[in-house]
Amino acid sequence: MYDTGKVITGLVIFVGLFTFAFWYNAGKAAPRPEPKLDTPEIQKMAKKQCIETKQFMVTEHMQLLNHLRDQALRDGNRWYVNSQGEKIWISLQNTCLKCHSNKKDFCDKCHNYAGVSPYCWDCHIDPNRSEL
Amino acid sequence: MSMDRREFLKAAGLSAVAGLGTKGAFDLLMPGDVDASEHEGHSQHGHGEEAEAGPKIRWGMAIDVLQLKDHSKVDRIKAACDYEHNIPHWGNKKDEIKWIWEDSYEHVFPDTHNEYLEDNIRELPFLLMCNHCDDPPCARVCPVEATFKRPDGIVAQDYHRCIGCRFCMAACPYGSRSFNWLDPRIPLKEEQAEGRKLNPKFPTRMRGVVEKCTFCVELLAQGKKPACVTACPDVMIFGNLADPDSQIRKVLRERVSLRRKLELGTKPSVFYLV
Repeated sequence: MYDTGKVITGLVIFVGLFTFAFWYNAGKAAPRPEPKLDTPEIQKMAKKQCIETKQFMVTEHMQLLNHLRDQALRDGNRWYVNSQGEKIWISLQNTCLKCHSNKKDFCDKCHNYAGVSPYCWDCHIDPNRSEL
Repeated sequence: MSMDRREFLKAAGLSAVAGLGTKGAFDLLMPGDVDASEHEGHSQHGHGEEAEAGPKIRWGMAIDVLQLKDHSKVDRIKAACDYEHNIPHWGNKKDEIKWIWEDSYEHVFPDTHNEYLEDNIRELPFLLMCNHCDDPPCARVCPVEATFKRPDGIVAQDYHRCIGCRFCMAACPYGSRSFNWLDPRIPLKEEQAEGRKLNPKFPTRMRGVVEKCTFCVELLAQGKKPACVTACPDVMIFGNLADPDSQIRKVLRERVSLRRKLELGTKPSVFYLV
């Protein structure tokens, strides 16, 4: 084999660079996101619960939002009746973000952690921030 | 296989008979089904005249153009719509987003224009918007059903589903649809810097979707009237065409009204009182 030294050195450098992200971040797990629920609107509530149970909202909110969007927009029915039989006005900007007025510390926290960028915010604006 | 002329003619004759038979067989087994599928929803949800079979609500708009001599009303109406829907101002015709806009009589009614027209009509600004047709060609051509007709007659637009193919813009004979060639937030941000207030209750749109007037469905759902009607209730008369006692039906009974491009058969729901 010709140029053994150069080839091996090159390989070592290549593998080192290629796996840079793994060994550089080894042992430094990103902290689990803790979405904040301490908005004034939530603190005013007697029973601190979202439109469904917390567990349901954590795992199913994406499907629920999709479903509610279709119900409101396509069927024209803007009332959601939850599992407790309560009626809730369907609106991301006017209902969801009224309680969760801290989009940065609530929605974005988990979404950034999970590396997802839902296209909700391409159109929907955060009513609690004046600038886009 | 070789075939002489006699055999070929026999085969051709038989297949012609068989072909005729299929259409006949369809008519016999499923009468009406074949034709009906081509005219889906044609006479459903019609205007008030067919009230018995029709819906309970059929929204429509009458615009009293004679009142628009006072041009400040035009500006007020447009400003109300701009605010309600966060409509950007690009400042050029190509990117312009139109929900409600003005034009002259000869452009609005090109087929009925005559050169000896009354001066006051010739000079009036006509306010244009989506006509919320009974038979909307835009909804028919949309490949993803992003635009569709609701039972109350409103031609709705679902931005979540729009793929930006612009078939609807080609189909609409009234030019009521606008395409977001660029991110509408670009001019909105600039306007905000100059002091424009955005409506926090309504979203913006994104690049690559088509938008248009929706008769303010989001306000109607809350029992309110469209933003332009609230801005100038004496000019914009909004109401239920299916209810013979509604204000709009009364106005239409009492005054002469025009509708745009009736010969196309789209049955518009926006009436111009002259």
